Amino acid sequence: MEAYIFYIMAAVSVTAAVYLIFEKNPVYSALYLILTLVSIAALYILLEAQFIAAVQIIVYAGAIMVLFLFVIMLLSLNIKEELKDAIPFQKIPALFMGILLFSVLCIILKSKFVQGKQGEYTSAYVASVGNTKLIGNLLFTDYLLPFEITSILLFVAAIGAIMLAKRKL
Amino acid sequence: MANVSIMTFNILSILPILTLAGFGMIVLLVDILSSRKLGEKNLLAYLSLMGIIVAAILARNSTGTTLFSFNESFAIDNYSLFFNFIFLLSTGLVILISHSYIKREEINHGEYYALILFSTIGMMLMASGADLLNIYIGLEVMSISIYILTGFKRSKLISNEASLKYFLLGAFATGFLLYGISLVYGSTGAINLKQIAGFIADKGSISNPLLLMGMALIIIGLGFKVASVPFHAWVPDVYEGAPTTITAFMSVGPKAAAFAAFLRILMTAFGATHYEWQKIIYILALLTMTVGNVVAIAQTNVKRMLAYSSIAHAGYLLIALVAANDMGMSSVLFYILAYTFMNIGALAIVIIVSQKGDEFIQIHDFAGLGFKHPGLAVAMSLFMLSMAGIPPTAGFVGKFYIFSAAIKSGYIGLAVIGVINSVISVFYYLRIMVIMYMKEPTRDFNPLTLSPLIVVAIVLSVIGTLHLGIFPSKIMEIAQQSILILK
Repeated sequence: MEAYIFYIMAAVSVTAAVYLIFEKNPVYSALYLILTLVSIAALYILLEAQFIAAVQIIVYAGAIMVLFLFVIMLLSLNIKEELKDAIPFQKIPALFMGILLFSVLCIILKSKFVQGKQGEYTSAYVASVGNTKLIGNLLFTDYLLPFEITSILLFVAAIGAIMLAKRKL
Repeated sequence: MANVSIMTFNILSILPILTLAGFGMIVLLVDILSSRKLGEKNLLAYLSLMGIIVAAILARNSTGTTLFSFNESFAIDNYSLFFNFIFLLSTGLVILISHSYIKREEINHGEYYALILFSTIGMMLMASGADLLNIYIGLEVMSISIYILTGFKRSKLISNEASLKYFLLGAFATGFLLYGISLVYGSTGAINLKQIAGFIADKGSISNPLLLMGMALIIIGLGFKVASVPFHAWVPDVYEGAPTTITAFMSVGPKAAAFAAFLRILMTAFGATHYEWQKIIYILALLTMTVGNVVAIAQTNVKRMLAYSSIAHAGYLLIALVAANDMGMSSVLFYILAYTFMNIGALAIVIIVSQKGDEFIQIHDFAGLGFKHPGLAVAMSLFMLSMAGIPPTAGFVGKFYIFSAAIKSGYIGLAVIGVINSVISVFYYLRIMVIMYMKEPTRDFNPLTLSPLIVVAIVLSVIGTLHLGIFPSKIMEIAQQSILILK
């Protein structure tokens, strides 16, 4: 059962991602992106990472996508305008390198040697404590410093938004 | 119910970072509270400099001790201290040269100084980070500040373009870095560098292609930040479009920070697999030096020329990484310090000689500087000689150490190519001197963008370049002590 859901969701996310790139209408592209993000959220649930799945939907599929759509609609892009490829000769090397990277990853994943290390948080342990609680614990104990520095990061981003976008300073 | 255990935690270890963050916010507050009519905003530059000095004093207090804090994810050791001093020095010098420039370009906003200080926080976190998460967050804080600073000349199209280009490509490169980190985490179960090293020592790495893939992707991500070929495409446009002070800032600080992270990750976490990454870095070093130097010859814009020269210098530093011995590692520290002085000095002269709107930054605009303003020309010549690696300057000693490290490790071919590249670079560095002294002036240099602060910066750079060139042993000794921790 789980395997079926995995393959269906994986196929949906990849197909939607391909459509996202090839769709000419930016609004459709954005909607396909939502589909990709939601199906990836389903994959997170399969991995028993419910918190990440919720964050994925709330933050990415929710907040960020709304922003995307706002920007697209405010800019009222001319849909019919064909995108010109500024560097046409990059297509073939890009395709070649992409296939190369893909096949390297496939070979690695197929080889029997690959095995991750068993972490200290087994599913039984996660289930007993609770997913969100565990993440919260880690954020405020082991990873307190990166968590706090993130506030400086957000502060900088806010300054940047004002600096670069405000009409008159 | 999960047990919440508060980790060992030493607030002293992050005191310099807290100081810079505090001063950054004070600068913003003073900027808002001071009246608009004041306009001069001299105070902000002095405040930021004070922040730098206080942070340096606080950092100095912990010299000689090795201290892990925040669950061993943050290291205060001689290595990170050395780099912290480089960051604080380069930030200080950049603030000194900024003062008159941002007034001339009418971008004198308080956010400028605050963002520079925040960016320095990111660099310090990268140098001190003992796990991949801290290094990543530090990189983001540093990069995002610099994306904004690059676009600071808001009315100039070239500056906007540079900012957007840097942001898009930088975000893309960050994706590679994160993918690499997640692969490493997936295969080792750890993001702490020492634990990764422990895993590799236990299980070996050849049997784990995912780990090697992760390592390669991390090298790509950091290779972008140090501007190595083939991840260099952004450098010339961004360096040209950014305000000149920010060009000086990002050719030194972020590069040093990325090298700090590079060395620590490769030596501490992947030290056992050095046969694997040495091959990658070897090719990167070769391409970076050669492309940087050869393309620099064709440049007519001084900022673009210095951009390619900065690519070439990253190539020399990568040679030291390939060597991967004591001398190589300590020469990286030495060379970055030397490069800080000579590059910021050279760009300071470019700022003084250019006019409002970054006019007159073509190479031929320097014609006759030697007759009109001999002092500036002498300083510029010194920096150019140092970058070309001619004694008795810091650049010579730095290159000498790097090439001898490569020879010591048996990479004689790479050292030879490095020397050949160094010879190529002499051409375009000396061309500026030739134009300054042997051509008649074609324009009036006045008004020069002078202020006491920029003069102090140039004097400091000249002293630094000469001091490191003539008495290198003391600094080299400190550098050698700093890298002991990596082994």
